[in-house]
Amino acid sequence: MQNLLKNREILLALIIIGMILSFTTRAPNFASPASLANIFNDTSILIILALGQMVVILTKSIDLSVAANLAFTGMAVAMLDSTYPGMPLALLVLVAIAIGAALGAINGFLVWALQIPPIVVTLGTLTIYRGMSFVLSSGAWVNAHQMQPDFLGVPRLPVLGLPILSWVAIAVILLIGFILARTPFGRSAYAAGGNPVAAIYAGIDVGRARFLAFVLSGALAGLSGYLWVSRYAVAYVDIAAGFELDSVAACVIGGISIAGGIGTVIGTVLGALFLGVIKNALPVIGISPFAQMAISGIVIVLAVVFNARAERKKGRIILRDRAARTEGAA
Amino acid sequence: MMTLQSAKLAAGAIPAGEPVLEMRGISQIFPGVKALDRVDIALYPGKVTALIGENGAGKSTLVKILTGIYRPNEGEILIDGKAASFANAQDAIDAGVTAIHQETVLFDELTVGENIFLGHAPRTRLGLIDWRTINERSRDLMKALESDIDPTTKLKDFSIAQRHLVAIARALSVDARIVIMDEPTAALSRKEIDDLFRIVEGLKRQGKAILFISHKFDELYEIADNYAVFRDGRMVGSGVLKDTPQDEIVRQMVGRDVHDVFPKTEAVIGAPVLSVRGYSHETEFRDISFDLRKGEILGVYGLIGAGRSELCQSIFGITRPKSGTLELESREITIRDTSDAIAAGIVYVPEERGRHGLALELPIYQNMSLPSLIRTSVSGFLKAANELKLARRFAERLDLRAAALSVPVGTLSGGNQQKVVIGKWLATSPKVIILDEPTKGIDIGSKAAVHGFISELASEGLSIIMISSELPEILGMSDRVLVMREGLQAGIFERESLTAETLVRAATGNA
Repeated sequence: MQNLLKNREILLALIIIGMILSFTTRAPNFASPASLANIFNDTSILIILALGQMVVILTKSIDLSVAANLAFTGMAVAMLDSTYPGMPLALLVLVAIAIGAALGAINGFLVWALQIPPIVVTLGTLTIYRGMSFVLSSGAWVNAHQMQPDFLGVPRLPVLGLPILSWVAIAVILLIGFILARTPFGRSAYAAGGNPVAAIYAGIDVGRARFLAFVLSGALAGLSGYLWVSRYAVAYVDIAAGFELDSVAACVIGGISIAGGIGTVIGTVLGALFLGVIKNALPVIGISPFAQMAISGIVIVLAVVFNARAERKKGRIILRDRAARTEGAA
Repeated sequence: MMTLQSAKLAAGAIPAGEPVLEMRGISQIFPGVKALDRVDIALYPGKVTALIGENGAGKSTLVKILTGIYRPNEGEILIDGKAASFANAQDAIDAGVTAIHQETVLFDELTVGENIFLGHAPRTRLGLIDWRTINERSRDLMKALESDIDPTTKLKDFSIAQRHLVAIARALSVDARIVIMDEPTAALSRKEIDDLFRIVEGLKRQGKAILFISHKFDELYEIADNYAVFRDGRMVGSGVLKDTPQDEIVRQMVGRDVHDVFPKTEAVIGAPVLSVRGYSHETEFRDISFDLRKGEILGVYGLIGAGRSELCQSIFGITRPKSGTLELESREITIRDTSDAIAAGIVYVPEERGRHGLALELPIYQNMSLPSLIRTSVSGFLKAANELKLARRFAERLDLRAAALSVPVGTLSGGNQQKVVIGKWLATSPKVIILDEPTKGIDIGSKAAVHGFISELASEGLSIIMISSELPEILGMSDRVLVMREGLQAGIFERESLTAETLVRAATGNA
């Protein structure tokens, strides 16, 4: 079974490679290193958001407020930057992460303490955070000329051939991989989603695991808020509208079970890259943005069908010769 | 009839000593049920205490209190004579209590090692999870259970018996002073039980206090020192097990003589109705063949996870077999899904009433009419009056106790809920009815009613397959018994040759 899961990710990687190769028949430069690096850079923010989303989904929850969180945080740091030009960038990034984490903590608190279903909580806070963004800015835009050169420029600085934005995504990938594999919180996230009842029996606080997952997701959304505003050099109320669905889609395509407890970092990253490749390729080969959305949608539905088939119960293992390694127990 | 007082006197007094854990006056009240009523129990170091009682007597509730899952409404828990309170499972673990739970509460998607050490994983110096130690210690623990399961394999690749071994290893991985074993042997073969008992003896020597729950008396007499009998949420007797004969304990447990509970009436058994030939499934069972005759009750016995429910679910069309044939009244039939089975006259009353048998929020009559809507509807539209008429007919026949047929099924007691499920299927006029653990979680009074009713159905010519894990029920009710072991047919026994011993031997295997 573990092999199948691995195969699944290898399969997704092969599909992505196949897609890239087929696009090169129409646009020969598509597979050039520079173009691939560009696609990765372009997908970095989605990767970061999707990884936070993944941790939340692992705990059998969902965070629909990530894009609204991103918009609010992005607006907040953009306004801080334009109002207090002297603020160091590192401080602004920390502020972004802190605001995001605080918004995530609100979600987590409502889910944990008040036991409200996560989809309801984050559907509510999705609207609230967008509204807060409007109240904060009075609907005004923060434009490129109001932002400091550092604020705009640092994520674009190339280091070892890749922009810092890409390196941030890589760092987040490693960080989440580490958290899930090597910390008790990571293990309890899988347990809380895989079998909440058994998790309680094991002495794991399921509510706390969910709370921490929401805080993590919020912090990453906050970080993405800064990265987004810097990348597109503009902040307004509606940035990243609907982007929460992309983050969920990346998870689903990457094999994260919406029912919780199943999923890997590699899967999520591949899921995000899959969407990134499609998004970058379709204009190159001359497909309209409207068809793009339809194609993305079809891919998501196919991925869900594929997941459902993989997760379908194959029956209990009762016959001795059907179980894994039984010699000792025989 | 024994009184409680004389039952207590009859038992030998437990030798004095300082208990590790003591529960005093513990009560647990759920809406409508007093699951535990001022229970006292004490566990001593180096002693195994057997907790005995029927399903629903309150044993599992007690286990859940001791492991911090439930908080009792009344009473106190003392550890080493000092009051302790468990706000959650972690508190109980910290206090030195570990448990093997009846339902294996494990994680399919995690590896064996992760399952064993979840919640108390060894850490490296940096506070991170130490995988190498986890896998090494898991391998050692499994080896102690004579199993060389690879700790890095995911749990979902293992059989039910192997999962039980993992659950046992998990409980042993905690360095606890109090070990609770809630039916640890329910899914184990004889050899695995021997391995487990060797470990229990080892734990005794280390001075651990053990609470051991089992329905199997021979096991209890083999391993336990003291005993406590529960009935309907109260402790009705305790003492030294060796000094107490088994029929005495049974009497305390049931509160009456046993044969009252199984009012089996002799039925005229006719020609075969259902013939199963070579039924096999990919992972669940293989080569099952039997005949079910008219008016017969065929008991299906085996350990938990022997494939009994899976076989019957396959006959009912929930899953599809890989090979094998089914004949109903000498005509071969193919069952693709449950509606085929119902149309052919085969119905299935599932083990988990709440989850698979009833829509708890819907009123009684709507539950009863659900599989018969085609007949109660008028030109394709639902007709409540007809549904009520149908429900009334079966409610009367089954002696259903309910305020009205329009109340939600969820408000009924377990026994009455079971009547609704059975009534719902009888309304479809079936030829074969499969009952999966028909009296699980039902109090003794309603149990007798359900048994009487099953006998009556058989004498009216209905053919019944009855899955049960309770030996007395199987022995008392069945005309013949099919025994399954690890998905295979271990034998079919006629009523004349039925003894508890033969069935248990067939079910556990004599390796």
